[in-house]
Amino acid sequence: MSAQNVLFDAPGPKARLRHLILTVVGGLFIAAIFGAVVWKFNQAEQLAGALWRPLATADIWTEYVIPGVISTLKAAVVSIVLAMTFGIVFGMGRLSQNRAIRWFCGVVVEFFRAVPVLLMMYFTFYYYASKDLFGVENNSFAAVVTGLTLYNGAVIAELVRSGVFGLPTGQREAGLAVGLTRSQSLRSIELPQALTAMLPALVSQLVVILKDSALGTAITYPELLEQAKNVGTAYGNVIPAYILCALIFIALNYGLTVIAGRIERRINKRGKTAGGTMTNAMPGVPLGTGVMPSTGLGGTNVQNLDPKG
Amino acid sequence: MGEILRNYDVLGAFWMTIYLTFFSAIGALVLGTVLAIMRVSPIAVLRNVGAFYVNTVRNTPLTLILVFLSLGVWTILAIDVTSAESQTYITDTAIRYAIIGLAVYHAAFVCEALRSGVNTVPLGQAEAARAIGLTFIQSLTQVIMPQAFRGAIAPLGSVLIALTKNTTVASVISVSEASGLMKEVMENETASIGVFLIFAAGFVILTLPTGMLFTWMSQRLAVKR
Repeated sequence: MSAQNVLFDAPGPKARLRHLILTVVGGLFIAAIFGAVVWKFNQAEQLAGALWRPLATADIWTEYVIPGVISTLKAAVVSIVLAMTFGIVFGMGRLSQNRAIRWFCGVVVEFFRAVPVLLMMYFTFYYYASKDLFGVENNSFAAVVTGLTLYNGAVIAELVRSGVFGLPTGQREAGLAVGLTRSQSLRSIELPQALTAMLPALVSQLVVILKDSALGTAITYPELLEQAKNVGTAYGNVIPAYILCALIFIALNYGLTVIAGRIERRINKRGKTAGGTMTNAMPGVPLGTGVMPSTGLGGTNVQNLDPKG
Repeated sequence: MGEILRNYDVLGAFWMTIYLTFFSAIGALVLGTVLAIMRVSPIAVLRNVGAFYVNTVRNTPLTLILVFLSLGVWTILAIDVTSAESQTYITDTAIRYAIIGLAVYHAAFVCEALRSGVNTVPLGQAEAARAIGLTFIQSLTQVIMPQAFRGAIAPLGSVLIALTKNTTVASVISVSEASGLMKEVMENETASIGVFLIFAAGFVILTLPTGMLFTWMSQRLAVKR
């Protein structure tokens, strides 16, 4: 049931007329905003073909855009691999039976979730430089990856924890009943199911990582945004360069969001986990059993809601 | 460590962080509410525009939005948001564009948080509102939205926390808030773990109570069903 069907009646003749009027007014309003943008662009001479034409030349793509996309993806892929490792280690640490380990992992995870990614990037950038840990040319890459890994690792640790909590207790009891120890049942029964349930949330987390990689521009990592800046400087077409950059980011991230939705539906259909699947509804809020209540008006879950940079 | 607190205006920088958070939070809440209402309205045009806004904005990096506002909208399109005669023209413009960018970006998340709040309202509430003859606007303002806001407190809290942390991105367009000052300290002095911990602690102090307050409020104000 969609919200629209419940919130208002099927319109009668009067309501249809009102809706028509509002549609026209709304449409005109949107058109007016669009017109104002075009007018302003034109006034600032940003619509001149000379500014947009370079975007179609091979040079821009081979020299700037494609290397930029590759740097962005490189940072994202390395970060997700490291963040997964960090997340599983600390997520399991938070589920440990040893109170000291549990407490330590809890502090680490909460700390890295509370500190802004950019702060970590600035710090590691200058810290690595002062110690010359990765060499001059790899310094900014290392800093970007460290910042992304620590924050997203902490988020993934929370996903692991809430994924295991979301499973019915019978799963662990069954493990114990066939003679597994607590940690064996965690590793071979609960964790695999939690990881499967996490998959959609994990793919949406990739969107967050891709977006956050743009912070690398603050420490001169040559990712896509930095390269768009370079295009703008080299060709004097700042606005077209940024618009192209935005379109690439949106296409990549929107694609990932769609994939996350597909995976979720597929897991739900096949019933791969005893609990539900988890969507990355709101990192920072305890995920509870993973699935948000969908009995309400909206019907579908609100996905990919991490507002990170 | 004490030396850094003496030589640099750490408190002033965090004050700027709070200032940015406060005003962009208000902007994001207003714009986000409008978007959420558009997304549940009977007018298809408004629904589509709302959905387009949310999908576009939340898939764009915040850094890109701020840099675009600063280099594109301000420098190239020459749209001023402060009076050009004022003494602090450059700083003020950067701050205002930072607030605009943060508000525009987080409005998409506020909208989604409110929609997840609408999600917690049982179908029967809307049906009952319709059954007693309320119009769409009436049922929205008197039945659905009040419950949706109360159901959305927890996600709105995490949007606010994310917003607080995201104000650091304003340093990219040279607003001197906390992360910008930390960068300056590290350029001039050393990049010691101590310096990092001072600034990190500042953010923990800002975000931890916010999180606890919103958790408490979400339990306190939740509609008991």
